[in-house]
Amino acid sequence: MSGDAPGASQRKVSFTVNGKLRRVLVYPMQRLIDVLRNELGLTGTKEGCGEGECGSCSVLLNGDLVNSCLIPILQVEGASVCTIEGVAKDGMHPVQQAFLQCGGAQCGICTPGMILASIRLLQLHPNPSMEQIREGLGGNLCRCTGYTRIFHAVQEAAKAGTAEELQQLLVVADDKP
Amino acid sequence: MSPRIVGVSVPRKEGISKVTGQAKYVDDLSFPDMLYGATVRSSIARGKITGVHLGGGIPWDEFTIVTAKDIPGKNVVSLITEDQPFLADGIVNHPEEPILVLAHPDRHLLPLAVAAVQIGYERLPSIHTIEESEEQGEIVWGSDNTFKTYVINKGDVDRIWKDAAWIVEGEYSTGAQEQLYIENNGVIAQYSETEGVTVWGSMQCPFYVHKALMTLTGFPEDKVRVVQTETGGAFGGKEEYPSMISGHAVLLARKSGRPVKIIYDRVEDMAATTKRHPSRTRHRTAVDRNGKLLGGEIDFAIDGGAYCTLSPVVLSRGAIHAGGPYHWPNIRVRAKAFATNTPPHGAFRGFGAPQSLFGLECHMDKIARTIGLSPDEFRRRNLLLQGQSTATEQVIQEPINLPHLLERALKLSDYHAKVQGFSVHNRSSHKKKGMGIAAFLHGSGFTGSGERYLNSLVGVEALVDGQVRVLASSTEFGQGTNTILCQIAAETLGIEYDDVRMAPIDTRQVPNSGPTVASRTAMIIGKLVQSAALGLQHTLIASGFLASGESREEFQAACKTYIERFGKLQSFSRFEPPANIFWDDEKYHGEAYPAFAWAVYVAEVTVDTNTYSVSVDDFVALQEVGKVLHPYLAAGQIEGGVAQAIGYALYEKVVWQDGRMVNSQMTNYIMPTSQDVPPIRVYFEEVPCPYGPYGAKGIGELPMDGPAPAIVNAVIQATGKSFHAIPLLPEDILLGFVNEPSETQAEVYR
Repeated sequence: MSGDAPGASQRKVSFTVNGKLRRVLVYPMQRLIDVLRNELGLTGTKEGCGEGECGSCSVLLNGDLVNSCLIPILQVEGASVCTIEGVAKDGMHPVQQAFLQCGGAQCGICTPGMILASIRLLQLHPNPSMEQIREGLGGNLCRCTGYTRIFHAVQEAAKAGTAEELQQLLVVADDKP
Repeated sequence: MSPRIVGVSVPRKEGISKVTGQAKYVDDLSFPDMLYGATVRSSIARGKITGVHLGGGIPWDEFTIVTAKDIPGKNVVSLITEDQPFLADGIVNHPEEPILVLAHPDRHLLPLAVAAVQIGYERLPSIHTIEESEEQGEIVWGSDNTFKTYVINKGDVDRIWKDAAWIVEGEYSTGAQEQLYIENNGVIAQYSETEGVTVWGSMQCPFYVHKALMTLTGFPEDKVRVVQTETGGAFGGKEEYPSMISGHAVLLARKSGRPVKIIYDRVEDMAATTKRHPSRTRHRTAVDRNGKLLGGEIDFAIDGGAYCTLSPVVLSRGAIHAGGPYHWPNIRVRAKAFATNTPPHGAFRGFGAPQSLFGLECHMDKIARTIGLSPDEFRRRNLLLQGQSTATEQVIQEPINLPHLLERALKLSDYHAKVQGFSVHNRSSHKKKGMGIAAFLHGSGFTGSGERYLNSLVGVEALVDGQVRVLASSTEFGQGTNTILCQIAAETLGIEYDDVRMAPIDTRQVPNSGPTVASRTAMIIGKLVQSAALGLQHTLIASGFLASGESREEFQAACKTYIERFGKLQSFSRFEPPANIFWDDEKYHGEAYPAFAWAVYVAEVTVDTNTYSVSVDDFVALQEVGKVLHPYLAAGQIEGGVAQAIGYALYEKVVWQDGRMVNSQMTNYIMPTSQDVPPIRVYFEEVPCPYGPYGAKGIGELPMDGPAPAIVNAVIQATGKSFHAIPLLPEDILLGFVNEPSETQAEVYR
């Protein structure tokens, strides 16, 4: 849904996505998820519920974990967005590697959002307790795994990833082209 | 020689594309000039359609509009019984029944257009429960509201009652459950009179869709093509429904001459597509003085919804599993699938077994309480032993030791010490703790003669560079199909896991290896992959290009030589029923499944008697599943199934109003989050099964069967109150405290 009444006019919005400045001509109330997927071709961000419950559409907005189905595009003006496509740099990110190795992805539809949530939680808690992991992933639903292997993946990534690698995304998000 | 690849947790075949966000699901695909489709659905439960009016404010001339009159072939979704239309033609039989479909280039206009269509109805009386259906006050399907009836008979139940020391009765019920895959249903269709029709979509069973589209379009086999896209979860929910949505997209593509994409939003997906059948199970059981089962009667009923769809098959699996893993010298199971005016219920992981096993395992605890035995001791005295037979008189040939499985599960969960400790703890705390057990089984593959009818075909193809492709219609939707089938082929051919990949799931490219359902992929399809791979190896050996037991390099060289000399190198293997398996469809008697997986689960719970909420604190899942092909994937199946079953037991309630689901959102239909699941401790015992590749059996559905009764049994132990229905929400537990149970009185004779 565009969220706009028929007749609303389009306008230009500029924001940084995965380190690149992007300008789009959109309706102001268009959802961030639709702009990412339809205007920018970044289909790694998935829609599960469209009402902020499932977390499949999670992205980092100025470093914070948000549901992109709840963000009107106007709110993103001048901001930095990181999607799953921006996570792997020179090879996969330690969190992606850990999901792959531990069996943290099954059907894969929640995985992009789950990986961004995991990255955010590891930035906040580089050596997370099980309670911190459960809470950090509490807004991201997975119907396949029962979460067990996702918990393992986060623990493995915490062991494997250096603090520097985990902070990398925040730095990237601040880059200007 | 021990296996090199089978039994090892190799990386998931499509894993990298999934963790990097590159995997393409159907909504990630787009075609030039593509339209978007949407569905106008019935707002009433049952009635005649008296008129369709296109309301104002919508540029209707820009829309493609399809009704039942536009259907070129038959207006019927081909499956078991030809009763369900693609589009309602004159009458509707349930809320959300599709009446017409619309397409437009602007996705955002569609909800407005759907809302602007006004349907006129002449209402007819509707029914919404098993009880209303069996009363037959209103006949809504066939002559008696009955889709299917089965009777299973072993021994002579009518003669046991006089010898019983105890007769225990109980009634148990389960609610509907939404599959809640995170990717909603969706397809894209393309149509041309000359080329035929192609559908890309999220699905489990491409050849089901293929068959349904042939009926719909009247096209021959070769003019219908179905391609599975990456599928974001299914759990049975994408077994039969994709035929419906594919048909709608095809009709719109045919009329508009353009590709059409239909993607359901969450509300539509939850309200309109299939869910797990609600059920009612009644038990009447005779037990002797030694706590041994003399026999019992089980009456199993399911609500099938408005059309037949898969209800007869769900009923069959539920009926066969109703006696569980126990030795019943005498048993009679009567099973019936009823019609109601709700959207048709359908396939969901477990497929009838979670329903009847919930009744059985709660009843086993009730009997134990009634006769004064502990739940483990009563089970210990009655578990099936090798050489004894199930309710269908299938003799257990495999060397399974269920009493050992029970002892091990009790030990792993520290059952006895905890039960003792909790009985002290519970006296002085408002947080009551309890332990619950469930023992159960799940048959691998289609029931009875089902695999014979499926007649599955699987191929293995070697390419000139020595790479190998598995040719099968077995779909990946998270469980690990791609990975395990490639492991089996690589192991058999003596090559590396990376040398093997799956051919794209496209009905033009792969043979029909049957649907990806019924815990059949590892055992049935895996075995066919193994035998096709052996066939390919034999071809190379017979041609003289390969000596037996050669290295990977020599295999690759032999493939190159063979293909340069003769062209294609493919080997196919077709299902052949094991010689010693016999099933009588008439009497429902014999070998129901080539093999069963067996399990004992133990749940530990806390019931807060201030809030009446339940938390599951620990969960032990011990099962015997034959050879474990991939430890991480196998454990992942169990963990995911247990979590889904915790939702079934404690959270997931479909709220119905005149046959319509009114809580069709993730906001008010609650599934377990990362904060709701306990540590799920998974243990395997591996007794190799002769019918599966490297000894594997089916595993996918098993973990759905046991957790709900184990949890409810634990809640009963913790509270001392009586519960016999799921979902068991805090308000239900509150009622259990308000209405003191009458359990041990009226329902027990003698």
